[in-house]
Amino acid sequence: MLGKRINHSLHQKQNIVVCFSGPTLEKVLKIISRYPEGKQKSAIIPVLHIAQEEFGGYLNVDTMDYVAGLLGIEPIEVYEVATFYSQYYLDPVGKYVIETCRTGPCAICGGEAIQSYLEKKLGIKTGESTPDGLFTLKTVECLGACGYAPVMQINTEFYEFLTPQKIDKIINTLTKKSEEEKAENSKWTEKFF
Amino acid sequence: MDRKILLENIDIPGIQSFETFRSCGGYLAVEKALKTMAPDEITEEVKKSGLKGRGGAGFPAGMKWSFIDKKVDKPRYLICNADESEPGTFKDRYLMEKIPHLLIEGMICACYALGANTGYIYVRGEYKYIIGILNKAVREAYEAGFLGENILGTKFKLDIVVHSGAGAYICGEETALIESLEGKRGNPRIKPPFPALVGLYGSPTVVNNVETLANIGYIVNNGGEKYTQIGLGRSTGTKLISACGNINKPGVYEIELGVSVRDFIYSDQYCGGIKNNKELKAVIAGGSSVPILPKDLILKTASGEDRLMTYESLSDGGFVSGTMLGSGGFIVYDEDACIVRNTWNLTRFYHHESCGQCSPCREGTGWMENVLHRLENGEGRSKDIDLLVSIAAKIEGKTICPLGDASAWPVASAIRHFRHEFEFHVQHPEIVKNVNHGSLAKYVG
Repeated sequence: MLGKRINHSLHQKQNIVVCFSGPTLEKVLKIISRYPEGKQKSAIIPVLHIAQEEFGGYLNVDTMDYVAGLLGIEPIEVYEVATFYSQYYLDPVGKYVIETCRTGPCAICGGEAIQSYLEKKLGIKTGESTPDGLFTLKTVECLGACGYAPVMQINTEFYEFLTPQKIDKIINTLTKKSEEEKAENSKWTEKFF
Repeated sequence: MDRKILLENIDIPGIQSFETFRSCGGYLAVEKALKTMAPDEITEEVKKSGLKGRGGAGFPAGMKWSFIDKKVDKPRYLICNADESEPGTFKDRYLMEKIPHLLIEGMICACYALGANTGYIYVRGEYKYIIGILNKAVREAYEAGFLGENILGTKFKLDIVVHSGAGAYICGEETALIESLEGKRGNPRIKPPFPALVGLYGSPTVVNNVETLANIGYIVNNGGEKYTQIGLGRSTGTKLISACGNINKPGVYEIELGVSVRDFIYSDQYCGGIKNNKELKAVIAGGSSVPILPKDLILKTASGEDRLMTYESLSDGGFVSGTMLGSGGFIVYDEDACIVRNTWNLTRFYHHESCGQCSPCREGTGWMENVLHRLENGEGRSKDIDLLVSIAAKIEGKTICPLGDASAWPVASAIRHFRHEFEFHVQHPEIVKNVNHGSLAKYVG
């Protein structure tokens, strides 16, 4: 949490126009309406989750300023929150963010070896992304799944009782899935352009 | 001793859904409460039950409720603390995943008792799929008329909002959680005023753990007196224990309070013994913050009695030779565990999770992490062990919230019980540097 102070790019405002699409905006407004009148700031955490997912997987200054406008609060109030919580990324990340648990219970069940294996497998160090932008490798503190150690999460999914063989399978499946999506997309352009 | 309250129906197919839960006697407590009981009667029953807060601190739940200020003309709030982040603890996740309506049923009864018309469930951000499960359960409860206006034809109205966190251990502390729910950084507040008087949005607020609230339905249905017949002495009821580490059967177990620690570790009903036929070395019994105990002290108290899984027995001997039941995060270490490495790992956790508000915690956790790191890497100095003891003592009790204590206790207790291992790290840097830490314990002897 403290380490995040120096790793952000808050000064890099690009003046890009940021706006939720119609259905997303509707959802966001519904979430805001769950909190009492005048307390719309309470919605900041869920709204930032949505914003991060919608706008490239991380929060840049333009996105945060937009969220501030939506909630009727000062931009600094959004920066304060975005820099405090570990689930908000302030720098671009890959399509799949791999976060392995590094805390005690996972560590004594082989978590450290899993992290080294992932570094070797992806050819990057913890904190880095693969050159194709597919994977970002991170560590997190306790994910609350200690009985199923070692564990990691990739975006919304938990992966438990990890072994090198399981890692191979997971990484290969995700790589293949991404290639298929690309292939489908290129077919689509071939067809319509 | 294996009566169950929470997980009794866990194996019934479809118990996650409203219909099945209801057909198994679910929501009867809500009917009984709203139609036949006055709000304060429920609080009285909860007081009588002796139910202690299941999040870690163990404060009596009924007493917490009775502190709520019912005279001020402000809305009152109930917050369910589902920000389960204490290393070793994963029981609330299990409960919410398997039987979410048990929590909602308990929350409705609790809100009625407190006179609260809004309840929030603050779920840690990493439990994304749990947020989905809870939102579905809440929707079902609305559709069935157990939430919303005029519940069961009474004048009582209640809304429950599922709120997500975003990755911060500190938000499990109740005032930090309230700050976070107000849309701010999770910096704990100075107490007093306590949340029961000035809580969420400045209103009287009760914050209870998931497991605490899940017990309320049983107490309403059966009465507080009946609840006290389960468990042992002042440790009434059952407790969810999430067991992990080097054991054969990690998982979540509902135990009747009073089971012996030896049975819990070695019986096939629970942990099933130490993995790979190894020897037990140490246990952290209640989540990473509570003192670690070596084998002889976790199995028996200093006075030679069998150690039991109760609040009183686990804390027998104070911090000199005892520990705490805490959150029920039960971490078991086998003979190969390096205590120095483990202590460094947990200290790194507290350093990472310190909100930075109080200097002793913000700076102290970092210093302890650095010193432990150099010990662990064979670069320790002879004065480092005493230095660690001194830093820990300067953090403990000197911070706004208990995260400071939580960071100091593991360090102080590891040195208290395993000082020889720390000394070995200082005296034999060449071995520490060159030997895989999984086998270091052999050298330490």
